Amino acid sequence: MPDFLLEIGCEEIPARMLDDAREELSRRVKDLIVREALVLEEGLVIESFSTPRRLSTVVRKIASTQADTTEQVLGPSVKIAYKDGKPTPAAEAFAKKVGLDVSKLEKVSNPKGEYLAATITRKGRGAVDVLSEFLPKEIASIYWPKSMYWRPGKTERFVRPIRWIVAVLGGQVVPVEFAGIKAGETTHGHRILAHGPLKVSDAAQYTVLLEGASVIADSKVREHRIRKALDAETRSVSGARWREDADLLQTVVNLTEWPSVVLGSFDRQFLSLPEEVLVTVMRDHQKYFAVEDASGKLAPHFLAVLNMDADADGLIRHGNERVLRARFNDARFFWDTDQKLPLVGRVEMLRAVTFQKDLGSYFAKAERLVHLSGELSPILDSVGRKVDHAAVAEAARLAKTDLTTELVKEFTELQGIVGGLYATAQKHSQAVADAIYDQYRPESMDDAIPRTLEGALLSIADKADTIAGMFAMGLVPSGSKDPFALRRQANGIVRTVAGHKLPLKISMLMGQALKGYAGGDAIKKFSQQGEAYAKAIQGFFRERLEFFLREQGLAYDVVNAALAAGDDDIVDVVARAHAVAAVRPSADFESISTSFKRMKNILLQASETKKRVADPYDPASLKEEAEKNLAAQAPEVASLVKSLGAKKEYENALREISRLRPPIDAFFDKVMVMVEEEDLRATRLGLLQMLVNDFSSIADFSEIVTEKK
Amino acid sequence: MSPETFLRVLGPQPYRVAYVQPSRRPADGRYGDNPNRLYKHMQLQVILKPPPENVQELYLESLAAVGIDLRKHDLKFEEDNWESPTLGAWGIGWQVMLDGLEVTQFTYFQQCGGIDLDPISAELTYGLERLTAFLQDVDSIYEIAWVRDAEGQSVSYNTVRHQDELQLSVYNFEFADVQKAWKHLELYEAECQALLDRYQALSSDKNAGEAEKKRFPLLGAYDLCLKCSHLFNILDARGAISVTERVGVIARIRQLAVGLAKAYVAQQTVADQKGQVA
Repeated sequence: MPDFLLEIGCEEIPARMLDDAREELSRRVKDLIVREALVLEEGLVIESFSTPRRLSTVVRKIASTQADTTEQVLGPSVKIAYKDGKPTPAAEAFAKKVGLDVSKLEKVSNPKGEYLAATITRKGRGAVDVLSEFLPKEIASIYWPKSMYWRPGKTERFVRPIRWIVAVLGGQVVPVEFAGIKAGETTHGHRILAHGPLKVSDAAQYTVLLEGASVIADSKVREHRIRKALDAETRSVSGARWREDADLLQTVVNLTEWPSVVLGSFDRQFLSLPEEVLVTVMRDHQKYFAVEDASGKLAPHFLAVLNMDADADGLIRHGNERVLRARFNDARFFWDTDQKLPLVGRVEMLRAVTFQKDLGSYFAKAERLVHLSGELSPILDSVGRKVDHAAVAEAARLAKTDLTTELVKEFTELQGIVGGLYATAQKHSQAVADAIYDQYRPESMDDAIPRTLEGALLSIADKADTIAGMFAMGLVPSGSKDPFALRRQANGIVRTVAGHKLPLKISMLMGQALKGYAGGDAIKKFSQQGEAYAKAIQGFFRERLEFFLREQGLAYDVVNAALAAGDDDIVDVVARAHAVAAVRPSADFESISTSFKRMKNILLQASETKKRVADPYDPASLKEEAEKNLAAQAPEVASLVKSLGAKKEYENALREISRLRPPIDAFFDKVMVMVEEEDLRATRLGLLQMLVNDFSSIADFSEIVTEKK
Repeated sequence: MSPETFLRVLGPQPYRVAYVQPSRRPADGRYGDNPNRLYKHMQLQVILKPPPENVQELYLESLAAVGIDLRKHDLKFEEDNWESPTLGAWGIGWQVMLDGLEVTQFTYFQQCGGIDLDPISAELTYGLERLTAFLQDVDSIYEIAWVRDAEGQSVSYNTVRHQDELQLSVYNFEFADVQKAWKHLELYEAECQALLDRYQALSSDKNAGEAEKKRFPLLGAYDLCLKCSHLFNILDARGAISVTERVGVIARIRQLAVGLAKAYVAQQTVADQKGQVA
């Protein structure tokens, strides 16, 4: 029951790709072993490892050979196979095919008659044999976001050149070959710290062996070690803490084989630069962790994660400090230079900055933003929300000007933030500065939405403008393809509108956004306008709304029910969905939902069989007590529901609807709708149609999944 | 991009070369005020075609050779791919970080002049100012001792280069005549294109001799193409290229580069055949 180790030794694999590739390799090896029936009864134990220079999978105890299998193969029918008791050429051919003598063939009966058959025993193949045949294909199939070719005349691709492969099964080399590399049992330790190549004789000892060569193969162990080292180094500064940063941690885990940490310092004078700038320089450019003091303020220290055992002479700390000093000096230089030309003076420069190659410059975009946000802010006024119109317009005009600053050219991830900081420094109002600062928010699901209404309007206008332009050009996200991150931007709009409870309908917003392009050059490239555009936008945003509501923990049928009753007004959908979720557990609501499904089915059936529906129906034509009763109660409840709905008291409205349960139940108990008598049937259908019409404005109850069908 | 890189990585001939290349980027000029940014910096370019299997180890040895004890420093290869849209060239590789400082761009060229390379080349680009500042432990590039005499008296980088940085920044950002730069760009482009057209005619002329093809000045045409690329950078630094123009100008220069790459590969084949005859 041997153990198996596969290690692909590679030139440094990009940190961002390492985790996925490790998991994919281990999954592929596992699937291969399962597919090829090399799994033992006790199941598979698979461990996967990765460092920048290797992807490894260890499988504990696999079968050394496949079990033998027997299989019955059907041949020709006996009628054809024998003539006068002698085997015909058909029988001979079958015997030859299965490798048996004719006398060894069997006869089996099935419903079609009697047939010749042969029982073939297949010898199980050795695991070494199987693995060496299939592993190269698995290695070749690993997905890389970007790959390369490197061997002259060869077409194989991988993320970086492969330099060695280890494949051993129970101490025996599995002859795998990929990209001209023959697998062996020799691996390599840390580039600098290890002393020469290593022989892997036992897969179970793999990680121990590597540890002796200054490589921690398990990324979880490296992460733990880095955390402890960060803690330990930070302790030397009293009251200080390192700033947690999950992405950065993952990056440095994947950049190191033998991590350690040094604490460095920088001149306090740099603390006069905005914290956003300092942290970006440290995190994004130098991959340093920031350190904060007891009050949460940035401290003049940083933590660098090394791929080295120690910094005995302090040279590494000294070098990193010098680099950071230069970086900070740059940032200060950029900051000071940028102040010489205030944002207002940069508007014209936006003519030379591309927004999107077919959608023109940021100058044109800024003009559209001023216009679009100017259309939106009065709508907020109309519902009594106080918006500083002048601030919105000014923020829209200046929003993109920071793209021309040295600081943003250097630190692109600070776009918006730098504009906001400069606006403050250049004495613009707080409302303008905050709006500019927040314009790209929310950048992810975890990111906050803009803090102010002005910021929300700018952010929404900016995203709507981009989505409108892209959709009009037919550049619609599909499947995994969303190169312009339009889904993220639409999610941002939904979250911002919902978070600030803005009365902005999607169709209106996106219609206005598209109008902004009128009269410009971009419009020549538009392939999708009018109805097609509106439909595409509606479908796209509906998906985003669904995603948003599901993220809030709402069940999918609740989400569907709410969206079916309208998907244009984001705030309204959210309120209706939550109301439905609130009443959903009640027995009355469950029953009502079942009844509405029934009504819809009956109406559907009626329409398919072209039955007349009285609209309006005449209550006087009803006969039974139960239906008269329902017809009498429904209008009163409907008007109550309508007035509650107008006040957005959806939960109360739904509870009112639930009160109709007894008369509805009684109706279905006692009354048959599809009767022969044409007038009566049309009247009853009319009653149902009225109920469905009057009570589906909050949610389509028929979408609710009920227990009994 | 020197012809030693751009042209030599094309075609099947193995080649190895190391040379110092002054790299000029008008937009990076900082009037000699910034301790880390230069309009013109020096790169040591190494082309290894095809790359040997131990190319990374050779690279590490080169650092040791200039006096860096890797056991006392922290070295990482971090993903960084390289692309030049105007020259139709790109590659995959890393920035090599030494104690947090990027000292080298390490690229496996995949395409050049729009042509898939086979074999590929490894290109090592050492940033000489950075490496020297690192070795001399100085904060500003301008403090680098360019040369030291026997008594330890040195001539600084500042003495040698500062004037150049200041005046060329002034020229590129303030004085460069935009109209004339456009005109120069058009002139160089036209001449480059005319040469390419003539080579095209020559290569399809059955009566043309091999010697005539072999002496055809494609290197001269490449020189003109580089001038176009530089003028584009100057115009860019001056903020003179609008969005719509930008895409177009890049495409125009790329077209020259792609045409040159094709012509050069064809010309090499002529030369090869001749070599075989001899």
